[in-house]
Amino acid sequence: MNFIFKMAWRDSRASRRRLALVSLSVVLGIAALVGIGSLGDNLRRTVEQQTKSLLGSDLTVTARKAFPAATLAYFRTVPGEFAREISLTSMVNFPTRGNQRRLVQVRALEGNFPFYGELVTEPADTMAKVRSGNFALLEETILVQFGVQVGDEVRIGQGTFTVAGSLKKIPGESAAVAMFSPRVYLSMASLEATGLLKRQGFMTQRAHFKLPAGTDPAALEKEMREKIKGERLQFATVEERKRDLGQNLKDVYSFLSLVGFIALFLGAVGVASAMHVYVRQKVATVAVLRCLGASARTSFAIYLVQGFFIGVLGAVVGAALGIGVQLLLPTVLKDFLPFQVELFVSWAAVAKGTLAGLVICVLFTLLPLLTVRRVSPLLAIRSAQGENTAPDPLRRWLYAGIAVAVTGFAILQAGRWQVGLGFALMMGLGFGTLAGMALLVTWAAKRFVPRRSLPYTWRQGLANLHRPNNRTVLLLLSLGLGTFLMLTLVLTRSTLLAKITGIGGGSRPNLMFFDIQDDQITRLAALAKANGTPLVAQAPIVTMKLTMLKGRPAEEVLKDPKSGIPGWTLRREYRSSYRGALSDTEKVTAGKFIGRVAPGEARVPVSVEEGLAKDLQIQLGDVLTFDVQGVPVTAYIASLRQVEWQRMQPNFFFVFPDGVLEAAPKTFLAAVHVGSPAESARLQQAVGRELPSISAIDLALILQTFDSIFSKVAFVITFMAAFTVVTGVIVLAGAVLTGRFQRIRETVLLRTLGATRRQLRQIQLVEYTVLGMLAALTGGALAVLGNALLARFLFKTPVVFSPLVLLGSVAAAVVVTVATGLLTNRGVTDHPPLEVLRQET
Amino acid sequence: MSEQTMLKVERLTKTYRTAGGPLTVLHEVSFVLPAGSSVAVVGPSGSGKTTLLGLCAGLDRPSSGSVTLANEPIGALDEDARALVRNRHVGFVFQNFQLIPTLTALENVLVPVELRGEAGREAEARELLARVGLGERCDHYPVQLSGGEQQRTALARAFINRPKILFCDEPTGNLDGDTAAAMVELIFGLNRERGTTLVLVTHDLELARRCQRIIRLKTGAVVSDQTVAA
Ligand SMILES: Nc1ncnc2c1ncn2[C@@H]1O[C@H](COP(=O)(O)OP(=O)(O)O)[C@@H](O)[C@H]1O
Ligand SMILES: [Mg+2]
Repeated sequence: MNFIFKMAWRDSRASRRRLALVSLSVVLGIAALVGIGSLGDNLRRTVEQQTKSLLGSDLTVTARKAFPAATLAYFRTVPGEFAREISLTSMVNFPTRGNQRRLVQVRALEGNFPFYGELVTEPADTMAKVRSGNFALLEETILVQFGVQVGDEVRIGQGTFTVAGSLKKIPGESAAVAMFSPRVYLSMASLEATGLLKRQGFMTQRAHFKLPAGTDPAALEKEMREKIKGERLQFATVEERKRDLGQNLKDVYSFLSLVGFIALFLGAVGVASAMHVYVRQKVATVAVLRCLGASARTSFAIYLVQGFFIGVLGAVVGAALGIGVQLLLPTVLKDFLPFQVELFVSWAAVAKGTLAGLVICVLFTLLPLLTVRRVSPLLAIRSAQGENTAPDPLRRWLYAGIAVAVTGFAILQAGRWQVGLGFALMMGLGFGTLAGMALLVTWAAKRFVPRRSLPYTWRQGLANLHRPNNRTVLLLLSLGLGTFLMLTLVLTRSTLLAKITGIGGGSRPNLMFFDIQDDQITRLAALAKANGTPLVAQAPIVTMKLTMLKGRPAEEVLKDPKSGIPGWTLRREYRSSYRGALSDTEKVTAGKFIGRVAPGEARVPVSVEEGLAKDLQIQLGDVLTFDVQGVPVTAYIASLRQVEWQRMQPNFFFVFPDGVLEAAPKTFLAAVHVGSPAESARLQQAVGRELPSISAIDLALILQTFDSIFSKVAFVITFMAAFTVVTGVIVLAGAVLTGRFQRIRETVLLRTLGATRRQLRQIQLVEYTVLGMLAALTGGALAVLGNALLARFLFKTPVVFSPLVLLGSVAAAVVVTVATGLLTNRGVTDHPPLEVLRQET
Repeated sequence: MSEQTMLKVERLTKTYRTAGGPLTVLHEVSFVLPAGSSVAVVGPSGSGKTTLLGLCAGLDRPSSGSVTLANEPIGALDEDARALVRNRHVGFVFQNFQLIPTLTALENVLVPVELRGEAGREAEARELLARVGLGERCDHYPVQLSGGEQQRTALARAFINRPKILFCDEPTGNLDGDTAAAMVELIFGLNRERGTTLVLVTHDLELARRCQRIIRLKTGAVVSDQTVAA
């Protein structure tokens, strides 16, 4: 035992440089893993904070009437901060604009809401002014629509107020709320003065809570539900809002786990290839040790000890580097960052990364190390290759172990076993393809390279591909896997960014018009077109109520305490639409979407949104009866749809086919995409002038919250991808660098025999170019496949495939390979042969 | 087998499978070597000398026949058990020295005893190195030593375990005349001092004649086995 450690230490003295190279892969792989893990946790937290501003509070309770005094008193006992908001619907009258009127939401706020995010007004201090007296804060869109100025008077109920400013953005408002009635803010006292509170029974009250850190909003929600039974309350928490952010956050986390996985395997590829070459170098030493009586186990143990310490050392240095990179880089880049960073080190991520890295590193070290056990002592007396080709049973176990570890790590990293298994299988496929490729190349080089017609250096370079002790397998595997992993990352990054900007930016609709009458839609389309912003979406809306549910009157179901169906789903007025095809924000999950029926069909096939179907407890084929403004319409569920609600497009719970509702009284909803606030104002003014009854809502501001989250996410994705690609490049270079030891004797021998430096370079150029190109192309093809699979199954988005990026990356991989190859061989070709031989043995 | 027999080789045959069919490189070789004796194996290049040596020392398995080394029938042992026999009884000197490049001369010499888990033999190792004339070079690495010096280090390493039998495969093959002569003196000197059995593979007849016995090989078969007149 003692001997093993002593020998491991002594033997390492002379090979420190090479061992350092092995370590470098470990260091970088683990650094990337740790950095990514920690940065990922940072991102999660940043997003967490951002999502809070989607609600503005930790918990918001909404009631359809005033809170009873007892409830309010209870709310005030909840630890943390509390704010109350009253809102009701009323008309606002513009005396300066010929007494035009507009239906608005009149609101009053008590307390410091929003607790998260910002209430944006123009000028900035408008809200303070409103709280202090007879002022009103009006939605920007109405100011634009009616040409009302700050300082003008408006009348609401019995009160008259001075316009103090315009409201641009308020956290916690979903597009739907803002869409149908613009908001006007007054002080609590002013709202009393309007007399509306007494006159209207119908109002909405909200209680907003900011909870002390560590309090679980969901637990509080549960407590409240129990305490204030009987009142119909709606609860909103950040968790729910985050769910609404939808698939996108999940995608980002999936991507992060992918990056971590890739970083670690780039490291592993580096370790395995460096170790492979290192062990080959040690074969002679092992043979001598065996002659002198060392057992197979002893000689194996010596190098295992070395490998293990490299792993531990690499892991420690790597973890430190990872933390350093994570702390330093964003600080250096601070001025360029699109957002404020408050970084913290996630020790959990550090520990996880280091441990996983160490395990993978040791396993991948064992792989080449196994050959040590099989080195024949005979090699000491003749330099021939040992003919020990009997399969090593341990090797099979090790492969199994690696497969298990890889899969386990992938699952751990991905969080879902299907995804993890997918990652692992793809790795296996990549490995298999490249290994097959290597065999093919070796075989082809042996079989097809012409013996005569090529110049000597070409023949020699090509022959190097198949001759004994060649590095075709090693380089193809390491370069190919490296390229594959890196490219997958680069391509997936584009795919994911395209998906995110597809939702968060680009040409999606951001100005909506509603309450459009039948006879106004063509005129609106013309106005929009004249403004250079044609309608990008429009939908007819028919309001209806649900009267019968699966043969039972809705009234009856409502009264049934056992039904479990939320009351609002039965009471509400459904704003349904009809169309011939699905929109691009929805997807049929069951049944078949039917776009057209003949007039007079007894039962109309409708499509219902998944979530609502669950609430109503209806399935495909179930029959419903709607009251469409006096006319009963019987329908059956023909399909269920998944709707991406966060896309700001007209979406509906029920979609009818063409051919049924055309004759019903209906309004239209239409949307345009405006490129600037000026464009938006111009169109709104034109519409206000010609079609004053049409209302408009500018979604640009609402979308901004999404944008700010996604720009952060986009940055982090790019940053991590870049870091991992740098790791990959170094691993590629390392693989080539270690490979040189394999040919060094031969190079020196050729040099001794009189080969010029140019000839040596040419031989190497041929070998490296062939290997580099094959590896990069195969890796590139694998990456394209990997990206397609990820897009299809993980991110569920169309594949974004940029041939230019692919071509550039493949070219870059070849250049790195060849350049490193030629650079590292300069040491060999520039020095006297004897010196090199003495140093490199 | 008597106490006095060190190495017994019976009908030893080695056949390699090659692309051109089986190739028998050693054919039914038999001989017995008493303890303390010395034998030279001579023959032209390719006659099977190295193959025979490898089989005798248990570095390889025969196709048929048996080898008994220091009363151990090594054909029946597995690779690790054979390694143990080598460590306990055998010393090696190779044509191409085979020092471990990452260890100093002294450390190279110490490897066999350290493999046994023995400590405190450093003084002895230094003595041996001094005996072969390298007392001042203990801390030098192989690349810092000349061929002759490397081979003398290898000899010191071979003797550190007080082997019962020493196998030398063309120990002077890579050395110049004078250096070779000095090496030969050392081998025979140490052999005599320590009563070691010596198996010397060479194609140098001059050298072979200094052994008590000469076995001639030709294309894998023993063509003569003669005792040298003292
Ligand atoms: N692994 C092998 N496969 C096929 N033939 C071999 C192998 N090793 C050695 N030989 C052949 O065995 C013969 C004897 O080799 P060797 O014992 O090294 O001869 P010597 O040491 O007498 O020069 C040679 O012809 C050599 O080509
Ligand atoms: Mg030989």
